[in-house]
Amino acid sequence: MDLSLSTETVGDRTVVRVGGEIDVYTAPKLREQLVELVNDGNYHLVVDMEGVDFLDSTGLGVLVGGLKRVRAHEGSLRLVCNQERILKIFRITGLTKVFPIHTSVEDAVQATD
Amino acid sequence: MATVELLFSALPEHVRTARLVAAAVARRAGVDEAVLDEVRLAVGEACSRAVGLHVSQGISSPVRVVLTEDEKKFSIEVADDAPHATPVAMATTGSAVGTPAGTAPVADDAGGDSEDDMGLAVISGLVDDVEVSAGEAGGLIRMSWPTIPASVTP
Repeated sequence: MDLSLSTETVGDRTVVRVGGEIDVYTAPKLREQLVELVNDGNYHLVVDMEGVDFLDSTGLGVLVGGLKRVRAHEGSLRLVCNQERILKIFRITGLTKVFPIHTSVEDAVQATD
Repeated sequence: MATVELLFSALPEHVRTARLVAAAVARRAGVDEAVLDEVRLAVGEACSRAVGLHVSQGISSPVRVVLTEDEKKFSIEVADDAPHATPVAMATTGSAVGTPAGTAPVADDAGGDSEDDMGLAVISGLVDDVEVSAGEAGGLIRMSWPTIPASVTP
C-alpha cells in the first residue's frame, strides 16, 4: 500500500491525515508535505496517524525533522494515534517524550500545553 | 540450508517486498501471529539500513536476505556489502543501541548516521535475539524468533 496524504485547516492548526505505509520509500513524500506546510507559514501541525498501517525509523526521522522545523518558528507538532503497534515504536525509541500524542484529532486541535 | 533467500537491488521500493516475503515465510514457519508485526518491522529496518549503506557508498551489488526455518526458531539474516572502516561487533539484549538513557538517538530528516542508529535502536528494542556485526567485507544483522510447533500431540 502506498502513502496517502491530505491536509485540512482547523482554526490555527493544520491537520495532516496520513494513510498507508510510512517507510524508506514513502517517507520522502511525507517530508515534502511537512516542509511545504512550514514554508507556507503553517507552524502548528497535527499529524493524524490513525490510517497508518506501518511506520519505521525513516518515518520517525521525518516526524522529528518536522518537529524541528515548526519549533524553529515556535510552532508545534502533535500526533494522533491509538494503534498499539505504532505507539510501540514511539515507546521503544523514547519518542513518546518528544511528541505530544493524542487520542483524537479534536483533542490535538484543542490542546494548548 | 536457507528456507528462502532473497536478493534485491538496493532501492527503497524493494524494502516493502522484503518485509512481505519475510512475514509470509515467518507465518508459515510458525512464528506467533502476535509477533509478525515485529518481524515485519525488524526486517524492514535491517533492509532500509542496508539499502542506505549501498546507496550512500555507491555499491551496485544487491542486498541479501536469508530466511531460515529451524525446528525451534525462525532466523533472518540481512547482509550488506558496505565496508565498515572500524570493525564493529556487538550483541544486544533488547535495550536501545549506544544510548545512555534508553532514548534513541534523535534522527532528523537529513538522514545519515543518526537515522541509521535509530534503525538499529528499533531492531534492538523489538528483537530479543539479535546480533549486529560489520567488517571490511560488509555488515550482517542476524535476528531470530521462537516458533510454535505446527501440531501438538497430547
